[in-house]
Amino acid sequence: MGRAFAIAVALIFVVFFVLPLIWLLLAPTKTPLQLLTGNPFSFGGLGSLAENWQSLSEFQNGIVWTWLGNAAFYSGAALVLTLIVSIPVGYALALTEFRLRRALLVTTLIVMLIPNTALVLPIFLELSAVRLIGNPLSVILPFSFFPFGVYLTYIYFSTGVSRDLLDAARIDGAGEFRVFWRVAMPLAAPVIALVGFFNFVGNWNNYFLPFVMMPGRKAPIQVGLAELLSNVPLFNPTSAGSVTIEVPVLALATIISVAPVLVIFLFSQRFLVSGMTAGGTKG
Amino acid sequence: MGYAFSAGYGILLILFGLLPALYAIFLAFTQEGAFVGLDNFVKVFNDYRFWPAVQHVAVYLVIWLTFQTIFVVLLALIVHAFGSRWLSISTRFLYYIPGALAGASSVMLWLFLLDPSVSPVSGVLRALGMDSFVETVSIENLPVIFTIIAFWTGAGGWIVIMYGALNNISQEVMEAARVDGAGTVKTAWYIQLPLLRKWISYMGIMTLAAGTQLFVEPRILSQASKGVVPGDYSLNQLAYLYAFRQNDFNGSAAISLILLVVALGLAAFFVFRGGLFERD
Repeated sequence: MGRAFAIAVALIFVVFFVLPLIWLLLAPTKTPLQLLTGNPFSFGGLGSLAENWQSLSEFQNGIVWTWLGNAAFYSGAALVLTLIVSIPVGYALALTEFRLRRALLVTTLIVMLIPNTALVLPIFLELSAVRLIGNPLSVILPFSFFPFGVYLTYIYFSTGVSRDLLDAARIDGAGEFRVFWRVAMPLAAPVIALVGFFNFVGNWNNYFLPFVMMPGRKAPIQVGLAELLSNVPLFNPTSAGSVTIEVPVLALATIISVAPVLVIFLFSQRFLVSGMTAGGTKG
Repeated sequence: MGYAFSAGYGILLILFGLLPALYAIFLAFTQEGAFVGLDNFVKVFNDYRFWPAVQHVAVYLVIWLTFQTIFVVLLALIVHAFGSRWLSISTRFLYYIPGALAGASSVMLWLFLLDPSVSPVSGVLRALGMDSFVETVSIENLPVIFTIIAFWTGAGGWIVIMYGALNNISQEVMEAARVDGAGTVKTAWYIQLPLLRKWISYMGIMTLAAGTQLFVEPRILSQASKGVVPGDYSLNQLAYLYAFRQNDFNGSAAISLILLVVALGLAAFFVFRGGLFERD
């Protein structure tokens, strides 16, 4: 009895989490009329899908692809930079001694727990004082500041790599950079993937920061997606007359805007879970 | 040597952690470069939009926090009690997958779901007396709507985390409870819940901190509803309006600073008192 109830609750939530996604995946296969009147969970047709694809591609000379390219560029560049700066510092925090080490670690922890939106407007105010707004650096550099990645690397190296191993290399006469590069780095592949994943996904989906920094054609897809909204007659009856976007097209744009992240999610589930639970170690 | 390895990160920490905070402090206490004490804060507090925004965010936080705590813990416990490993893995995965649609995309999807003319659950909406999008997003519904959106995108991740924490509870403890004749519910209440306490408070703190920052949801709903959802619903929206509409960077900095102090306070409290993170 209690057991059946528990399973029913779990199932209701499966429906709650999954149904919207199924609806979203089906919506672009329909014409606007089918979407309004047909069964919400029916498959429309490949013809309508192609048509919707066409009208999305043609909207403002393919601005959607520009936005996608921007997003790939900003998140990609930030990903590379994040790895270059985060992995060494996580290693240093875990396996070397220096005077500011503890201060740096505690600061990192605190900043890591601050939602990244809290610093968006202060960073905007700062960067507008040095006239960097609209410059790709105004998103790439803040995207690359990733304390959570530093913490993950720190945890990984301090639990997964022993100091003895490094000392052995030192006795063999390897310098500090060589020890890092030849001993620690080859062991770091899992944590590099983990940090890369969280950084890329977080930055790809980030809305607030690029929204204030990169307007118009320079926007990444998440910001562009919200921009499309002002051309949808369903939500904005007054926009009639200009080139409009129909609801199935907007649904298609929504799918495209998260497609890279969704694909990564589908293929890296196991490893993701290990990363999220590593957030705290003293459970 | 440690310094060489930390240099790159250290620079970013200063440029995008420390300096913006300091600059916001400077802006919040000055006007045109001259020190004005608390004038900017007084101005913001006297703004007729400020207290309603505080209230909106507070109501949303209470609802979200309660709902999320109860259901994340409940679902984690249920899924953890599943006998079949395969069933438990796939359920967690299905809970988790909406997390891919964070930010603007999830709000966009929920725009469709909340519009009775296209929503697959329009029957539910109409049964609740909402016959048009504008009725659905009326201001008294917003805290619940934002809770649903935030729960839909974020709960799965927390369920996975709680599940991991439940796995860390030693088999012996669970076995002992069973030998003593405790059923599933009793074991959950007396053994598992107390051992999850740290993780639950972690989730609570993170939820509080994130909730005070509310921005993208009301921003997009406001755009979609032509202002039925006001453009100054949340504090971050108000700070945004100060900077972008009124060109008042000092007022904007004052609001941002208040939000930053709240987030910083919660984070610091948890790092030093929560006992969850390794700081050796």
